[in-house]
Amino acid sequence: MRLAINWFKYSAPSTFYGLAGKLIPFFAWPAAILFAVGLYIGFFVAPTDAVQSEAYRIMFIHVPASILSMFIYLIMAGYAALGLIFKTRLSSMMASALAPTGALFAFISLWTGALWGKPMWGAWWVWDARLTSELILLFLYLGFIALQASIEDPRRADRASALLAIVGSVNVPIIYYSVQWWNTLHQGSTIKYSGTSMHVAMQQSMFTILVACWLYVIAVALARVRTIILERESNTQWVKDLAETK
Amino acid sequence: MNKLSLFGLLGLVIRRDLLLAMRRRADVLTTLVFFVMVVSLFPLGVGPEPDMLRKMAAGVLWVAALLASMLSLPRMFSADYLDGTLEQMMLAPQSLTMMVLGKIIAHWMLSGLPLVLIAPVLGLQFDMSSQALWVLMFALLLGTPVLSMIGAIGAALTLGLRGGGVLVSLLVLPLCIPVLIFGAGAVEAVNSGMDAISNLSLLGAFLLFALVFTPFVAAQALKISME
Amino acid sequence: MQQAFKLEVVDLACERGDLRLFSGLSFELAAGELMQVQGENGSGKTTLLRTLCGFVQPVEGKVLWSGQDIAEWDDTYHEQMCYLGHLNAIKDELSAIENLQMSAGLAGFSVSEQDAIAVLRRMGLRRKEHLPVRVLSQGQRRRVALSRLLVGDSKLWILDEPLTALDVGAVALMQELIGEHLSNGGMVIFTTHQPLQVAGVQTRQLALS
Repeated sequence: MRLAINWFKYSAPSTFYGLAGKLIPFFAWPAAILFAVGLYIGFFVAPTDAVQSEAYRIMFIHVPASILSMFIYLIMAGYAALGLIFKTRLSSMMASALAPTGALFAFISLWTGALWGKPMWGAWWVWDARLTSELILLFLYLGFIALQASIEDPRRADRASALLAIVGSVNVPIIYYSVQWWNTLHQGSTIKYSGTSMHVAMQQSMFTILVACWLYVIAVALARVRTIILERESNTQWVKDLAETK
Repeated sequence: MNKLSLFGLLGLVIRRDLLLAMRRRADVLTTLVFFVMVVSLFPLGVGPEPDMLRKMAAGVLWVAALLASMLSLPRMFSADYLDGTLEQMMLAPQSLTMMVLGKIIAHWMLSGLPLVLIAPVLGLQFDMSSQALWVLMFALLLGTPVLSMIGAIGAALTLGLRGGGVLVSLLVLPLCIPVLIFGAGAVEAVNSGMDAISNLSLLGAFLLFALVFTPFVAAQALKISME
Repeated sequence: MQQAFKLEVVDLACERGDLRLFSGLSFELAAGELMQVQGENGSGKTTLLRTLCGFVQPVEGKVLWSGQDIAEWDDTYHEQMCYLGHLNAIKDELSAIENLQMSAGLAGFSVSEQDAIAVLRRMGLRRKEHLPVRVLSQGQRRRVALSRLLVGDSKLWILDEPLTALDVGAVALMQELIGEHLSNGGMVIFTTHQPLQVAGVQTRQLALS
């Protein structure tokens, strides 16, 4: 389905391949710089916390990773739905390009959560509502990736995993609230920042790293979608004409 | 030649799947035996202290029910897929959603309902109170159809794939977590002297929600898988 | 009111995986016509037939039934066609009668036991009607599957290798049945590797390469 809007031109994989290649540095470099700045503020500028001492600094990575892992799932489901409804192949490719990054962030969130939990609660893993939801989210990502990997026909793989992502995203709020309800019922422990108010430097650090993560996600997704495009279109003429495939 | 109504079709699909299962009873029994075995393994694993068993009972029974229904999921569509019946169903000038609903109901009657009926007996192994047993049965009655419905989507998506059996569990289990939480929560509420009604109402809400959407989604999934 | 049924294929292109099977395929099939799709293994015969059924969305072009795209048809198109694929779509556990009744039921109508028995006898399955299909031979199972064509009143038969596993007598019977169907204003499109001649009807050939 080709619509007559100008920017739809870029939804053709062959055009988008070049565009994405040009865009990647514009996201990758700022991401690297902002990471460095954010981590510097987080480790050297932000003051030591009265209650949690130095351990709280893991929050600067934990919180952005958690936020992104949730957002990426929704964005991925959105792309997948677009691909399913409008049959735009590029959207489905974007969805599959985002999935590993989302899973990575969910994993980082769990990892840092465990590292945070040890000094705070004396245990690597506590059945905290947010950590549990994050674990389930990681399962959802793994399901999406596994389904896509086990279907050979790319068209069926795209459409089947799109349907799964849509069903998953409808379920995410239900899962989230039921886990929260389950947690309050069992009076589980909750990891949270216990200071009365956040220091400005803490906010700056967290925000900078969050922006850096976003830029990183975009850069990585573009890079990955380029490889997916090459793989899927490997028998077309324009790919054979590319300088880098020769 | 008289045409079938929508409910006539539903009845036909259910009757057909039940008839097929009756001619091949082993499949039904394996799910049930699996359920009984898993539940009976727990006391052997964690020790026979009645206090602990009573506390664990609801969770153990629910997790076992979840696993047992996963076990029978791959069969929901695969036989019809392999012998070509599914092709004919999709060509039929009838609502595929209704046929899928029929298959879900039949699947539940063959794999979910037996678990509901045997659960009280297994609950006795865990020294559950009679009130808790009733709530457990009722919660399973509301919850196991939801497992079959969500499972139908997974079974349809993994149709004909290598390793489909394990894959379907990977896809479906995370989606079933709310049912597990509220199902086991209902029994626990009774044990701690509270009212189970809020848990049961939520399970009922899940059931209605799933009843409206999942047959349609599973039908779409079948179309994707058959293309 | 009897409207003129017609199957039209316009500029059709199909792919399997990334492989383009055929493109620019156009033909028409009118009532009373018989068409054989020819081509080597892998040339896309089955894919073409499955596209005509609506299982596979064509990459380009469209399939029209009575002038309307089959993707836009409501279920009426499926009421007027009958597809028989490589798979028999019969259940080993059920008897021939039950199989026939069930498949008719799934297609949306009910068949009485007498009618089912009559059709099965016509297909040469006398005294096999009540046996579970499991004990029948491959050819007999194919006959059970083919008997589905005789219940219902579909206009368009789409047959993928209908003669597989059939003996000489059954092939002759099929030729006779197709002839009857055509003279009643039906149309048939099929693939086969065996010769199939219907008396008094010119078989149109469609070659896929």
